[in-house]
Formats: sequence, C-alpha cells, structure tokens
Amino acid sequence: MKLASTIMIIGSALLFGLFLFPLWHVELQAPQYPQGLGMHINIDGIVGYTKHDVHNIDGLNHYIGMKTLPTKEEMWEFTVFPIVVGGMAILGIIIGFFGFFKNSAYKWFMGWFVLMTVLGVMGMFDFNAWMTDYGTNLDPKAILQMTDDAGNPLSYKPPLLGSKDILNFTADSFPSLGGILLGIGMLLTFISFLVGKKFNAKKA
Amino acid sequence: MKILKLGIGFLTAATLLASCGGSGNKNGTDGALNKNNAEKVYVAPGEHDEYYAFISGGYSGNLLVYGLPSGRMFKEIPVFSQFPTNGYGYSEETTPMLNTSYGFIPWGDSHHPDISQTEGVLDGRWVFINENNTPRIARIDLETFETVEIIEVPNSAGNHSSSFVTENTEYVVAGTRFSVPVPQRDMSIKDYKGEFKGALSFIGVDKETGSMEIDFQLLMPGFNYDLSHPGRGKSHGWFFFTTYNTEEANSLLEVNASQNDKDFIAAVNWKVIEEYVKNGGGTMMPAEYAHNVYDHHTHSATSTMKKEVRVVNPSEVPGAVYFLPTPKSPHGCDVSPDGEYIVGNGKLSTDLTVHSFTKMIDAIENKKFDGEAYGIPILNFDDIHAGSVEKAGLGPLHTEFDDKGNAYTTFFISSEVVKWKLGTWEVIDRKPTYYSVGHLTIPGGNSREPTGKYMFAMNKITKDRYLPVGPELEHSAQLYDISGEKMELILDFPTHGEPHYAAAIKADVIKGNAKQIYELDENKHNHAVKSEKDTRVERKGNEVHIYMSTIRSHFSPDNIEGIKVGDKVFFHVTNLEQDFDVPHGFAMIGQNSAELLIMPGQTRTSIWYPKKVGVWPFYCTDFCSALHQEMQGYIRVSPTDSDIELSWSLGDD
Repeated sequence: MKLASTIMIIGSALLFGLFLFPLWHVELQAPQYPQGLGMHINIDGIVGYTKHDVHNIDGLNHYIGMKTLPTKEEMWEFTVFPIVVGGMAILGIIIGFFGFFKNSAYKWFMGWFVLMTVLGVMGMFDFNAWMTDYGTNLDPKAILQMTDDAGNPLSYKPPLLGSKDILNFTADSFPSLGGILLGIGMLLTFISFLVGKKFNAKKA
Repeated sequence: MKILKLGIGFLTAATLLASCGGSGNKNGTDGALNKNNAEKVYVAPGEHDEYYAFISGGYSGNLLVYGLPSGRMFKEIPVFSQFPTNGYGYSEETTPMLNTSYGFIPWGDSHHPDISQTEGVLDGRWVFINENNTPRIARIDLETFETVEIIEVPNSAGNHSSSFVTENTEYVVAGTRFSVPVPQRDMSIKDYKGEFKGALSFIGVDKETGSMEIDFQLLMPGFNYDLSHPGRGKSHGWFFFTTYNTEEANSLLEVNASQNDKDFIAAVNWKVIEEYVKNGGGTMMPAEYAHNVYDHHTHSATSTMKKEVRVVNPSEVPGAVYFLPTPKSPHGCDVSPDGEYIVGNGKLSTDLTVHSFTKMIDAIENKKFDGEAYGIPILNFDDIHAGSVEKAGLGPLHTEFDDKGNAYTTFFISSEVVKWKLGTWEVIDRKPTYYSVGHLTIPGGNSREPTGKYMFAMNKITKDRYLPVGPELEHSAQLYDISGEKMELILDFPTHGEPHYAAAIKADVIKGNAKQIYELDENKHNHAVKSEKDTRVERKGNEVHIYMSTIRSHFSPDNIEGIKVGDKVFFHVTNLEQDFDVPHGFAMIGQNSAELLIMPGQTRTSIWYPKKVGVWPFYCTDFCSALHQEMQGYIRVSPTDSDIELSWSLGDD
C-alpha cells in the first residue's frame, strides 16, 4: 500500500506543474508569419510566445470581427482554475498520505480521480465554449465577412486539439508541458488505485 | 557491322564539332558560366547568403547591404545624403544628422566602409564610413542598420585615407587627401609649399557605446594622404598612410605630383602620440565641427557644434612618425594579416613594393635614417624593403589577403586582379575584371583573420556588361571563387553609386542581432503617442501640432479641420504596430518635402505649409494590409482669417 500511496502523492503533485508550465498552446502559421504567432494558455491567463504576439493576433483578428483575447480580469476561469487545481493537488497529496495508515484509502484515490476527471471534462467544455464564442460571435461590422460554401458565416474557432486551416492560417492546438504533466499525474492516480486494490486483494 | 561503322563515323564528327565549340569558347572573353559556377552562387529562394557585404554607395552618399555569394542587394542605408525613400534628412528627427559647420548639406560622397574589430577580428557591431567631400565619419549600427552618428573632421579636405579602424576599434582614422592651410586663412595658393598641412585625425571610439570623439589631429607636411591601414598583431599601435604629391605641387598635379621617383608611406606610432597627449601634449586649437548623434529611444538626432580640437606637431614627438620611401605615387596601403608586411601599391608603376615591419623597427632602432622631411626622419628604402612583386600588371591600386598567405592586388590600367604569394613575391594567377577595377574585398580582408572563399572586384567602368541603359550606368562588380589555386569568376553583379570599397563579414556574426521592431513602450520621443487615446491636435499661434498614430489600417485622427493658410503644420506620426515588417508611410498632397516611412514603434515628424484653401488628402504610402488603400485622411484648410475651430476625429466621434 506504501507504493500506491507514493504513486498517488506523486500523481497529485504533478498538478503543480500547471503553475510552472502552460496548460495548452495555440499556434498560427501563415506565409507572412514564417516563424508563427502563438499563445501559451496558462491556468491564470494567456501569454504570447513573444512579447507582442497577443497584440498581433488581436490586430489580425480585428479584420474578421473577432474579440480581443481575454485578459486575466476578463475571464473568471483564470482566477478559479488555479484555486481548483491547487486545491485538488493538495487534496490528492493528503489522501495519498492517508494510504500510509489506512489500507482502504485506495478507494478514495478512485474518488479523487473521478472528481478530477469530472472537473477536467467541465474545464474542457468551458474552454471549448469560450473558443466557440471567440471564433463565431463576430462583430457584425467586421471588415472581412467570410462565408462558407453554404453561405453561412465562417467559424474561426481554433481546434480544441489538432490542426485546422482557417483562411490563410494553419492553427495548431496541442497540450503543453503543464497539460502533459496533468495527464501523467491523473494516470498515476488511477494506477495508484489499481496498485492499492491489488494490494488489498492479496491481503484478503 | 555497317551500322556500327556509321555510328563511329557520327561519333567522330560529333567530337570534332565539340572540340571546335570548345576552342571557340576559349577565344571568347569569358564564355558562359558553366553549371558548376552557377551552383556556387545560387542561393535557393528563402535561403540566406553566407556573407554580408557592406558596399560603399560612393557619390550616392549611402551604404549598401549585399549578400554573398548571390550578389543580391538587401538594403540601401542612407548615411550622408537625403533619402526621400524613407524621409532621412527630411524629417525633423533626421535632418540634424546632415548638419555641418557649413550648415545643412543634403549630399555626400561616401568611400571606405570598415567593420569594427575586437582583437583584430571583425566583431560586427558597427560599420564606419567616410565622407570625402565635406570631411565626415559616420557610424552605422548593425542592430538597426541605421546611421547613428556622424562627426565632422576639421582641418581636413578630401577625407580619403579613412575610415579604417585599429585592432580593437580604439580609433577610427581619417586622413586628408587635400592639404589645406591650417588654420584656414586668406593666402596665395602659390605659397602652398611648407604652409599647407595634412591633418591625420585619430577619432576615439567608446568601447561600449561606439560614441566618437576626435582625440587628436596630427598636422603633417602638406602632402596628399591617399589611403591608410592599421598595423595588426606585431605592428598593432602603428598606422600606415600612403602619400603622393610629396612635391607639394598646387596645380596640374597629374604632371607636377608625378615627378618624384619615390613618395612616402607615413608610419605613425599612435601609441606614442596617445601617451604624449595623455601627458598634456599637443595644443587645443579653435575649430568648428559638427557632432551629430541619433538616439534610438528618442528616435531623434541632435547636432552639437564643437569649438576646438587637439592638434599635435609630429616633429615635436620623438618616435611618432617615420617616412618609408615608396615608389611611384602609391595609392592603396595594405597590411598583411600577421602585421608584418606593408604593401604600397605604386599606381604609376608595374611593381608592388612591400615593406617589412620587422626591418622598419630595426632601422628605427639603429637610427638608419636617410635625411628628414619637415623634421620627420626618412628611412632608407633598402633597409626596410621586404621585396617587390615585379611586372605584376599595370597601375596597382589595392591589395587584400586570404587565409593561405596569398595577396590579391587590383590593377586599374590592365584591368585585372593578380594573385601573388607573400614572402616569395611570385605571381600565382591573374584574372581580368570588367573593367578597370578599383578596390577589391575579401570578407575579413582587413583583419587578422581573412577568409579564403570569395573575393569581389569593384570596377570603375561597366560598358557592355549588362543590357544597355543609356550613357549613365551603374558600376559592375565581379565575384571570384578563390578557394582553389586559380581564381574563378563566378558572378557579375551591378552596384550602386561608385562602390569605392566594401567590408564583408560572415553573416552569422551579425544576423542574430538584427532588430525587428522598436519597442513602443521604450519610445521616448517628445511628441510620441502611445495609444489612439492620446492622439490630438494642438495650436500654438500659427504652429499646429498633429499628434497622429498609425495602425492597420487607419490614421488617428483622419479628419482634421481648423487648419489655416499660413499655418506651420507638424505631423508627429507614431506607428503603434509592434509586428515585424509593418511600417506605415505618410504623404501629404503638395508637401514640399519627402514622405515619412515609420517603423513599428517609431515616431517621425514632417512639416507642411498649407498654401491653398480646400480639403486635402493624405495617405499611407507603404502597402501595409489588405485595407491599405483605405488608409487615408482629409485636412480642411480654411482662409487665414477664418474662425473655424480646431477639431479632429476618427470614425464616428
């Protein structure tokens, strides 16, 4: 059970990686931007690859009527996400410690994993909803009003995961180190449950 | 069998034809470039060149940036001349750069660029270049590729033996080609001899900032100081100047200055003079010269008039200057990478004279002098002579060096470059140039570490090298591959103005430092606006200041009313863009000036005198975006006595 607890603690602690590294990144490439424009999505705000990338993305997007990228103050998520992530990490570590004293704690590991998954899915939904709004809720007076073959206004929503061609740009959206650490951490907490379960089964 | 015989017959005929074609090619002047050579200069689309070449724009007054081996031109940097292309020398911020003790001068004649060095190696921080006509030295910053400083050189005329730097860029040196009365005064030209002086100016360069200041001027006899180069390695601390007209003729120089069999190379021990000056030597002499400095934070130049300069009489400083007799009005004065050999290119002869630094020092130590001129000891030719490259060509001008102990000399009259060996003085190869070559450049050629891949010759005559374009032609340059024993002509490319000299350097040293934009939050221009909220129009009497911004794709404000005939209107335009390669332009109908081209984060000011009542448009001149054509505005100009209130707007407000 000591092994299960250690894995649980490490897995939960990996969530702290989100305070050091970005969760996600979206990168735009076009002939005129051979080096690309990009933004890191941190749990507490959006930061450009270089000092002026956010400003320059906003500058390009104004042609098609997109809103400017939100600042930390403009999106409640950037305040709440750090609290949730930090809280869950601490909770996970505490639960992990319980495992040293109580063999049945592995069930709580599962509980933590389920809760984190629910929160994660909610976060993804929320992120996707914002991107849909960002990419489709356009200024009706936009300079360039593009439509698809069916005559509907074009959506500029970046992909949640993967690559997509949007006008002259190719948008890439992938997890960053913080997001990868989050994934590994969650996987580890699930493994800790399995290890704990196996340990208890053996004992019984 | 028959078929086989027939085949052999055809083959023989084909071989004969081919050899005919081959000999025909050999008889031609240079033939077509073979595929191999084309590949050598081919830089694929999107690829970068291996070297930067900074080629003097000569009488354009500018400096041009080329790539090697492609010969593509990347940029024209305005230095000594007004440049309507971007408003340099027209905008309020840049006109002070062209200020001199004679007032504003719109034109200059740039000559010899030289790249800054550290420990004898090109460090790629700055390029210096001299203006020949109204003596000045400019410094170009290699982060922004803009002229950031120009200092006038007093007591000088025909600033030609310039602007070469010492091994650690302690000094950039400027010598006078035309001697003049010092100080200037009303006197008979016929009294030239003994009265005129040739000033050699040592301009100190600040190690950190590059800022220039004239530390001292050596007032030499009234010869013509033609070209110069620093000692390096063992000869660091010395500077060598060729002279002609040691006859001190003041008229019909082509005859009268060609009488002496030998003129001199003046060897100047600047370390001795530096010490002398440090101990209070020399005298401060009244002089008037402009010092113009451009600041990348205020985006503005200031011009300060200096009032005095320190002059040194060489005869009063023992050990400071010696004359090395050198045949036939030497032109180029070039020092080998190890600092041992000083090459005098006697332009009226067929020979090159090479002096030995070691022998020179030995002769000085043993006081083997052969008389003196104006108190300056003359060394004995035979005591310092290392060797001569004999009958190498006609009219040698300049020499550069490679990394394998070879030297390359241009011959103006016989129109060729000759490769010869240092030490043995034997000629290895010669190749024609098209036509009448002046200078040549090898990247790093004036340093301890020249490269051995390319050499290019800059010609004075172009004739038939390109499609005809009437009587006035750009000059032509030829690029040679010098990596082998024999030189090989691989490219012909046009240059701009008269490219006297060029300095070239490995691109890797510089390209990572090149700036892309100016940071808006570091803009300290007095009239900058940091956002559209700050844009406004202010009236002070008949002066109207328009604080305007540009961003894709509009001016703010773009409608202005309340301007009157007789006003003096200042457009202070700040480009709010912070994206690479998004300049905006500004042009006003009927303006008696040039456009402004404003880089991201920069502020530029242009003055307009409205003369006619009406509504007058202005627009962006640089195709900035898909809506560039929409980037325009109007100014309403009312009669002088009108009481229309000043107002401005953008969009609906």
